[in-house]
Amino acid sequence: MSGQKEARETVLRLEDLTMQFGGVVAVNNLSMEVKKGEIVALIGPNGAGKTTAFNCITGVYQPTNGRIEFQGQTLMEGCPAGRVAKSYAGENAGKYTKNTHHSPDEICRAGIARTFQNIRLFPGQSAFDNVLVAKHMRAKQNPFTATFGLNHKEEKRMREETWELLRDQNLDGFADYPAGSLPYGMQRRLEIARALATDPTLLCLDEPAAGMNPQETLELSDFICKIRDQYHLTVLLIEHHMNLVMGISDRIYCIDFGRLIAEGTADQVANDPKVISAYLGMQEVV
Amino acid sequence: MSANRKKYIRWILDAALIAAILIYLDILQADTTAHSYAITIIERSCIYAVAAVSMNLIIGFTGQFSLGTAGFMCIGAYVTGILTIPVKMRDQIYYLYGMAGWLHDIRLPMLAALAISALICGVIAYVIGWPVLRLKSDYLAIATLGFSEIIRAIFGWDGLGKITNASYGVSNIPPFANIFECVAICGVSILIMSLLIRSSYGRAFKAVRDDDVAAEAMGINLFHTKQLSFVVSSAFAGVAGGLLAVFMRSAVTSTFTVALTYNILLMVVLGGIGSVSGSIIGAFLVTGSQEWLRFLDKEYFFSDLFPGLAGTAFGAARVPLLRNGFRMVIFSILLMVVVLFWNHGITGSRELSWERIAGIPAAVREKKKRKAEAAERRAREEAAAAALEKEVRGQ
Repeated sequence: MSGQKEARETVLRLEDLTMQFGGVVAVNNLSMEVKKGEIVALIGPNGAGKTTAFNCITGVYQPTNGRIEFQGQTLMEGCPAGRVAKSYAGENAGKYTKNTHHSPDEICRAGIARTFQNIRLFPGQSAFDNVLVAKHMRAKQNPFTATFGLNHKEEKRMREETWELLRDQNLDGFADYPAGSLPYGMQRRLEIARALATDPTLLCLDEPAAGMNPQETLELSDFICKIRDQYHLTVLLIEHHMNLVMGISDRIYCIDFGRLIAEGTADQVANDPKVISAYLGMQEVV
Repeated sequence: MSANRKKYIRWILDAALIAAILIYLDILQADTTAHSYAITIIERSCIYAVAAVSMNLIIGFTGQFSLGTAGFMCIGAYVTGILTIPVKMRDQIYYLYGMAGWLHDIRLPMLAALAISALICGVIAYVIGWPVLRLKSDYLAIATLGFSEIIRAIFGWDGLGKITNASYGVSNIPPFANIFECVAICGVSILIMSLLIRSSYGRAFKAVRDDDVAAEAMGINLFHTKQLSFVVSSAFAGVAGGLLAVFMRSAVTSTFTVALTYNILLMVVLGGIGSVSGSIIGAFLVTGSQEWLRFLDKEYFFSDLFPGLAGTAFGAARVPLLRNGFRMVIFSILLMVVVLFWNHGITGSRELSWERIAGIPAAVREKKKRKAEAAERRAREEAAAAALEKEVRGQ
């Protein structure tokens, strides 16, 4: 890594993140860092715990153990307590002593926006409304001013910014279409536009290329690089699609059975024997 | 047509509609004794429309299946009733329990009493929202239904007789000054709710309804959003209850049973879940048709319908089925027909607009065209199949 990158501030830091469901340790002692302006990918075979880690970051789960820091502030912290402490099968027990939780909406407010693996738009509402509703969170208004139109400046600003986002994504021609009626690739872009509407610092994409053909995947990678530069984003990506990941990621973390097995640049990871064995199912390489 | 011109036409049509309504109401108001029946139906429909829109706000727009409407209406009715009955009549009404001293001399004009009803209902909704809104779908329905029954029990309780007059209820509530007063209050209430629905908060309601996980990921606080909707909905249910008390000139707990909630739910579903205009139409249709179908409750003889038959044996025979209660049978059948053929309600989840009304003939034409095309295609296919068969046989 170049010296300039070293100097960049860390946006997201996972420390010893462990998530245990019953007796299953889905994510085990995962530590990673995402620096400002980077595109970082988290890869791994099916069931490796990628989405679980993702759900911890976005507030769906409370980590069993470990800490998640965002821009220097503790977002999530967990320590095994009570009944969980007895059955705790992860590592670093006792290192963390607090339980801090933020709900998904608080995390979004803090500046982490996400998309979903299986697209979750509001299918019956227009594409425009889908994006506009994401502006609600940061609007300066209260129910009274909003009802009686006393926030018209704010409302106008929200609408203009929504148009801008749709235009950027080449979706402005489809603004009035119900989101559910748009083609698959467009729905993906719309979901990303909706995430961008929350003015995030960090954009988390959960398998953005799922169900896309090679051509669409290629377009998507250009698109992700473009929005990163345009909106000064940091991107965390979960992906299966190696083409996409190898092409655009600055750094890659690979996990298997919840454990980090490799990290580094695309080349480093692609040639790592542990990664190859995890993906191709060969005998464990020691 | 340019957007500006469209807007202009819409304005004119809106103004014309309002003018037509006002003129009609003025005609009714000019001779209240002759039109008392129509006035009754219109006032009742308007009041139910407020209740239906308030219920639609929480069920149709926020997706929270709350059935506490009758409970909040009960609170609203009692608060409005107690605050508006003339002071000199109070001892007579509360002859059994005697009205509480601090309350005895408080009398407010109707508007202020309605506002206080809304406020009290809102506060109560805010408080019970804390535990109740953590529940989802059926569980929420059961919890709110239970709440509604508890309210009814509390208002009928002897221990509160000094305030609520227990099971005797409150009577002699001063009526509406005129029909305009009732319609205007209802109109303003519905307008406020529609404005809220059209605002940024309304969009948040719909997001929570459509996909709560996605809404939360967009930074929408689920609980606060649901609570806002619940509080506003309950406050206006309170207003509707207060209006109903003024309309009936009394407030008794037996009015606010679960059946009332279901009746309002019926209007919401019939009109269209998630459509304000649908709820209004539903309220008028349900209230109106229950009255219009009243002729079915009356027993007829054939000679009543055909005077020529008078005196004959046939003329003395009864028209079958028409007797007390038959109205409700027909009403239920009509409901089933509507629900079967318009299973999204009359307006669906979209609002009724001038564009939509203007679009109806085109839509009908389109449907006819598609039907004709389908028939033509079928005929062509059949002809082709017949030709093929002939050919095969010929060989």
